[in-house]
This record gives sequence, structure tokens and C-alpha cells, in this order.
Amino acid sequence: MIVLENINKTFRVAKRQAGFGRAVKALFSREYELVHALSDVNFKIHDGEMVGYIGPNGAGKSTTIKIMCGILTPDSGSCEVDGRVPWKERVAHVREIGVVFGQRSQLWWDVPVIDSFELIRDIYKVDQKRYKNNLDELTELLDLGEIVKTPARSLSLGQRMRCEIAASLLHSPRTLFLDEPTIGLDAVSKIAVRQFIRKQNAEHGTTVILTTHDMQDIEALTERILLIGKGQILLDGSLDELKRRGGEQKIEEIVAALYKEYQI
Amino acid sequence: MKLYLKYFAINLKSQMQYKATFLLNIFARIVLAFATVAGVWFMFLRFNEVEGFTLPQVLLCTAVTTMSFALSETFARGFDIFPRLLGNGQFDRILVRPRGVIFQVLASQMEFARLGILVQAVFVFCYAIPNSGVHWTWDKVLTLVLMVACGAAVFFSLFIVYAAFAFFTTEGLEFMNILTHGGREFGRYPYAIYGNGVLRFLTFVVPLALFQYYPLLYLLEKERSVLYMFTPLIALLFLLPAYGFFRLGLRRFKSTGS
Repeated sequence: MIVLENINKTFRVAKRQAGFGRAVKALFSREYELVHALSDVNFKIHDGEMVGYIGPNGAGKSTTIKIMCGILTPDSGSCEVDGRVPWKERVAHVREIGVVFGQRSQLWWDVPVIDSFELIRDIYKVDQKRYKNNLDELTELLDLGEIVKTPARSLSLGQRMRCEIAASLLHSPRTLFLDEPTIGLDAVSKIAVRQFIRKQNAEHGTTVILTTHDMQDIEALTERILLIGKGQILLDGSLDELKRRGGEQKIEEIVAALYKEYQI
Repeated sequence: MKLYLKYFAINLKSQMQYKATFLLNIFARIVLAFATVAGVWFMFLRFNEVEGFTLPQVLLCTAVTTMSFALSETFARGFDIFPRLLGNGQFDRILVRPRGVIFQVLASQMEFARLGILVQAVFVFCYAIPNSGVHWTWDKVLTLVLMVACGAAVFFSLFIVYAAFAFFTTEGLEFMNILTHGGREFGRYPYAIYGNGVLRFLTFVVPLALFQYYPLLYLLEKERSVLYMFTPLIALLFLLPAYGFFRLGLRRFKSTGS
């Protein structure tokens, strides 16, 4: 279970202005601007839920994810994942989560994927039997048979993403954070990835938190939507409810209308 | 430790993927390293001794410094390229893995091509050890080992400090190179030849002289106190502030995310 209460986060961003004179001035005194990345964020996610976390660029999605992963500490408020405060018990916490950053690889670039998997197994101290079970299952479901013998650098994006997801699940995490897992994938790969995530959730009860700009991901995967804009949670409800509100409109249009409505 | 060896294997394997690059790199390092020695040698064509040290004695210094630097550059490479790890988000990945942060940075990168410099250092040792006029007894051998090992640790600390600075700023980090790469360049000669001010700085602030100049005096029997033999161990204390500074930077990173 994930509980966020009154989470606030402010960043201090140096103002930069154009022009040489200003640049010299900035060397001595900088003006800072406070950016409220998150203000008073509250939500609860129960075990086994699949939640779509959406919002425009810069709304605070990654900041929230980073806080839940223990990478960032908030200014105030509390956050607990399975009873642990992520940034206080980092090691114990991250053992129970899996994280996929769609835009960045966690695989070692120049060696066959299977070597990366084995190193990850040792990093997480997964015992041999469980590792074998997980690997067999992931290999079958994500169709990794030949792919794992190839170095990560020679994989296509779709193949690599499947490997990334597998790499994040080798240690059987209770919670899986997916940050734009289908970005840049072709239709076939997208569908494969979605099917797999659904199955993982259904069979292992893995809690899934998904950020994406692809509304089809949301439609295919999640029942619940969290909409964030300008650092605030604007909407927390079920996908069906949202669809009813939109009537005939496509989900993409509904969301675009919401962005407009909230002026985010 | 076992896990470190696994990382070691995967790094080695990665670099072996580019065999030609790897071999050329090693070769280039050896050539470069010999240029350093040649510099010292040319100096001695004009002068018979520098501040009372003969050529083989100075080369002993050169070899100690070079070897320590090569060791730490090979194995602490992750700290050397730390700004890049921060920039491309690899550091976020390190934070979501259930192992120590310093361990992971250390294990993430190893630069085996730098071992080329090690080859050169071994050659120089082969010349300098018998010709330096040192009467080699077991305590002198131990001193020499301490010099190299603790020297590597001091350079390693400097790389950690460099990495810690990267948490605060992405600009102007080059000034640290004066201490790391500069330390190696200046370390071709006993640090004392640069004057008292420099020697004091390198004794009390950045303890490069502690693993090089003072134990060298012990080797050459210019100082007989065992204190001089163990000065390299004192230099190890430098690891503490370096580590503390890194933790401080990490705390800041976790609150600012950049």
C-alpha cells in the first residue's frame, strides 16, 4: 500500500537571462525562482491496483515517482510504501520495488542481456531457484528467448524495452513503477508490453503505477486515473467515470478537455 | 566483495568488446607514460641531482606516484566520470538498487586501459629499485608497498571529492584536476622541491606528500624515525572528509534532484 499525505516539494531554479552582461552578473549574484513542483499531494494506492498517473509535461509526475522511489526527499508531508519511508529506509524499500524509466536503460550496454540479468540477480540477492522461475516465466511471456543472448546495444527499441521490463521484475517486486514504458514503440511491441503488464498484475498482484502520455496505455491497463497539473492532484477517479463524463468523445479528447478545463 | 568481482567481470567483458580500441588505448597510455619518464631523464642530462636526489631516486618517486594514480584511475573511474552519471540519470538508477551508493559508483566503471600506465611504472621500478642506493630491508619494502597503496587511496579520495563537487555545481569542476592530474604530474619529483609552502599544503591539506616525500626520506635513510615509514597510513585519514563531503552532496542531491 502506498500512502502520500500533504507532500510538498519546491525547487529553486536559477533564473537565466540572455545577454553577455547578464551572464557576467549571474556569476556574482543569482536570482532564484521558486517552483512549486508539488503542492499538497495526497493519495492512497492499494495493493494490486493499477493506476495511471497522467498530466502534461512538467506537471510533477516524475517528481512524485522519484519521491516514491526514494530518490528525492519532499520538503514536507509523509510518504509510506508498504509501511516504509522510501528516503529513510532506501535499501529495504528499493528491494521491494521495480522501476522502468522508458527513456533510460538499466542494462549494461555492451554485454549480452543475460549477463545484465545475472548481475541484477546478484545485486538483489535473488536466490537461484526464484531467479530461474522468474527468468523462465519472463522469457516465455515477453518472448525473450534469442534476444537475451544479444548485447543491449544491438537490440531494437521494442526488444530492449521488453528486456528492461524483465530486468525490473527479476526480484519479484511488490510494486512496479513504469515511466513511459511504451514511448517510441511500434504497435506490435506496445500491445505485447501492455498484455504482459496486465498479466503480471493479474497473476502476481503486482501494484502498477504507470505514467504515460499514451492514452491507449491508460485505456488498456488502468482502472483508476490520477491527474496531476501544476503540482496538484486535480482528479482521482475511475476511468469509466471519466468516460461517462466525456460521452461520445475519445479518451484522448476527454483528457485534452480536462487539461483545458484546469488550464494546465 | 563477490559482487564487486561480478561487476569487474562485466566491465572487463564490456571493454573487450572493442578489442582494437582497448589495445590501442593501452599502447597509447604506455607511450604517454614513457614521455613522463623522458621528461625527468632530460632534466637529469643537465643537472646531476635535484635537491639532493639522484636520477634513480627521483624515478622511484615517479614510479610510486604513477602507479598509485594508475590504480585509482582504473578502479575509481566511476567517480572520475561522476558528473556524467548524474547528468544522464544513471545515478537515479543507482539509488533504486539495494546496495551502497559508494560501492555502486565504484563498481559501475573500471577503465582497464589505464593499466597501461601500470606497465610503465613496473619498468621504472625495475630500473630505480636496484639503482637508487636504497639498502633494501624488509621495513623498506613494506614502506614502498605502503607508499603505493596509500597513494592510490589518496588519489581515490580526491576523485570522491571531485564527484562530491558535482552534486553542487556542474561548472568549473576542472579546478580539481590541479590536485588529481596535477598531483600526478608534480609527483614525478619529490614534492619538497616545489618549496615549503607547497610542501606544507601537500602535507596538511591534501596529503599527497605523506605517501611520497616523507616515506622516501625513510627509504633513503635521510630520516631514520619509523614515523616517516608510517606517514602513508596517516594519509588514509583523508578518506574521512572526502566521504563526509560526498554524503553531504548526496543529501543535497536528494533534496534538489539536480
